Amino acid sequence: MILSLRLAWRNLWRHKRRTWLTALAMIFSNVLLIFMISLQFGSYDMMINNTLRAFSGEIQVQHEGYQQNPKLRSSIPAIIPLALELRSILPDAHIAARAAAFALVSSEQRSLGIQIVGVQPEYEPMVSTLPGMVREGRFLQDSNAAEIVIGRVLARNLKVSVGDELTLLGSGRDGSFAAGVVSITGVFDSGSSDLDRTLAEVPLGYFQDTFAMRDHGNAIVVAVDDLSAVPSALVAVQKEIRGKKGLTVLDWTQLQPGLKQAIQADMSSAWFMYGLLIILVAFSVLNTQLMSVLERTREFGVITALGIKPRKLASLVMLETALMALIGLVIGVAIGWMIASYLNIAGFHYPGMEEMAEKFNLPDRVYPSVTFFSMILGPGIVFLFSLLAGVYPSLRLFRLQPVEAMRAV
Amino acid sequence: MTAIKCIDLCKNFQQGDVVIKALNHVSLDIEEGSFICLSGPSGSGKTTLLNAIGGLDKLDSGEVYFNGRRVDQLGKGPMADLRLHYIGFVFQAYNLIPVLTAQENVEFVMQVQGVSVKERRRKSSAILEEVGLKGMENRRPSQLSGGQQQRVAVARAIVSQPKLVLADEPTANLDSETAAQLMDLLRELNQHHNVTFLIATHDERVMRYAQRLIRMQDGKIIADELQEAD
Repeated sequence: MILSLRLAWRNLWRHKRRTWLTALAMIFSNVLLIFMISLQFGSYDMMINNTLRAFSGEIQVQHEGYQQNPKLRSSIPAIIPLALELRSILPDAHIAARAAAFALVSSEQRSLGIQIVGVQPEYEPMVSTLPGMVREGRFLQDSNAAEIVIGRVLARNLKVSVGDELTLLGSGRDGSFAAGVVSITGVFDSGSSDLDRTLAEVPLGYFQDTFAMRDHGNAIVVAVDDLSAVPSALVAVQKEIRGKKGLTVLDWTQLQPGLKQAIQADMSSAWFMYGLLIILVAFSVLNTQLMSVLERTREFGVITALGIKPRKLASLVMLETALMALIGLVIGVAIGWMIASYLNIAGFHYPGMEEMAEKFNLPDRVYPSVTFFSMILGPGIVFLFSLLAGVYPSLRLFRLQPVEAMRAV
Repeated sequence: MTAIKCIDLCKNFQQGDVVIKALNHVSLDIEEGSFICLSGPSGSGKTTLLNAIGGLDKLDSGEVYFNGRRVDQLGKGPMADLRLHYIGFVFQAYNLIPVLTAQENVEFVMQVQGVSVKERRRKSSAILEEVGLKGMENRRPSQLSGGQQQRVAVARAIVSQPKLVLADEPTANLDSETAAQLMDLLRELNQHHNVTFLIATHDERVMRYAQRLIRMQDGKIIADELQEAD
């Protein structure tokens, strides 16, 4: 160990209590930051997964402009062969074709305007959680059958149940009159009353026949196991459709811009709080280091008289600050990592969470995200601000006059 | 050969409305390898003169030459380099770094000079043995007596073989026996290493060791005489 490092280390422990108090403030804030940030990232993962898994998936292939203006005519030709192609290049992803139109749906007593989505019954359960939320009856099975699954709120509004028939009225892709009679095979309860009131699913083959779509559809949904797999899947899909005119690929941030904005807004408010905590810690370090420099004025005066330049003294004080911050970082990260790792397995929940989770079909526990980034982000910033707090006491040493300093008591 | 040349040094301090002339047109030549005592009552200007020669304090006027090179106008950095490589200091209150051992205190300046670890260890061990502190290398200042601490301070001052050692009241905090031992040591180092010593003191026993005695009063040199050292 070089002499400067030894000197800095021993200087730190001249006032053990003061050093430990400052280090403890850093440890506490690091543990708190790791806990909060990993919990935050964990809840974002949960929000994203649940939102995307409910319906939209992580990636979609659409006709250009369909996302902004979802018209039936903005369609993808030969959609099922294209979905097959994508399955061959992304064997680990789940892929399903869809088509969607707005239609008037009528029971014996009422008529309501809703969105009808044509889905592939064999693939849809793998890209969407909606089929798993069928609480009465069953999900669709035959791709050409005149069947429909509707939401609980829509069923209540239309006063229908499983086994009843509904009449669909709408416009076909070619402008023709689209009409059909479908039998209700299932009623789903997604937890979202909007979705349960306005959405119904029919088999894709039946949809194409009814809405004069021929082999067309409106979207191919790609669901991957992990958000980290999105970029590579996105590139692969983009490469595959490069030669196909009029098609575009959207990722989840484009499909669900509201979700991204909600996360960004939550991040901003959380970081405001984290910022306050970090500034408080930085002031604690500033106070400690300033006191440490002031009480050693005489000693620094002597050292300067021996021919040591202020730059060397300043780097010594910065080294002391860095060592203290390192103690806070290492111990804080170790404790924070242990807590986050435990909660990553056991989960974290607070009173009232079960009720909300059940309502929105979410898990009743949040699992903190234990990644290198979530572990080091907060403590890294605390470390950086602690170093910055050491700059002012260090700079004071450049103004030190040896004779005056040696007179200091 | 002249090691230090001071020409017409003036330094005033303001104390309230009163101007104190700490150095009042002081001129002085110091030969290389000499052993000189600056004596005089408190406030006579001894420490101010040492500080001026060591570049620790700025002069109001006058010129200081070190080995023929004018140094009183040097900036902070070059002056620090000059002190680091050519001037050693011994203070009244020892002023060792409390968290370093005796050996580390001696090595500290050499480390800044860029001396290798092996060389530092060799030199510091040798000098501590020379000042009579063999076996106490790993003791911290708090574990040493006043005399031993001052010996460490002397070892620190001379380990880099400076041309000049400025000592300000080095025996002030020592009992007479320890003071005599220290002065014997300084005299020996002066003779063996040809280091120039300029010692500020008002201790008559210390003055007896000097080859040349300069008496100061009210910021002026009032006597400058050669004498037979003890």
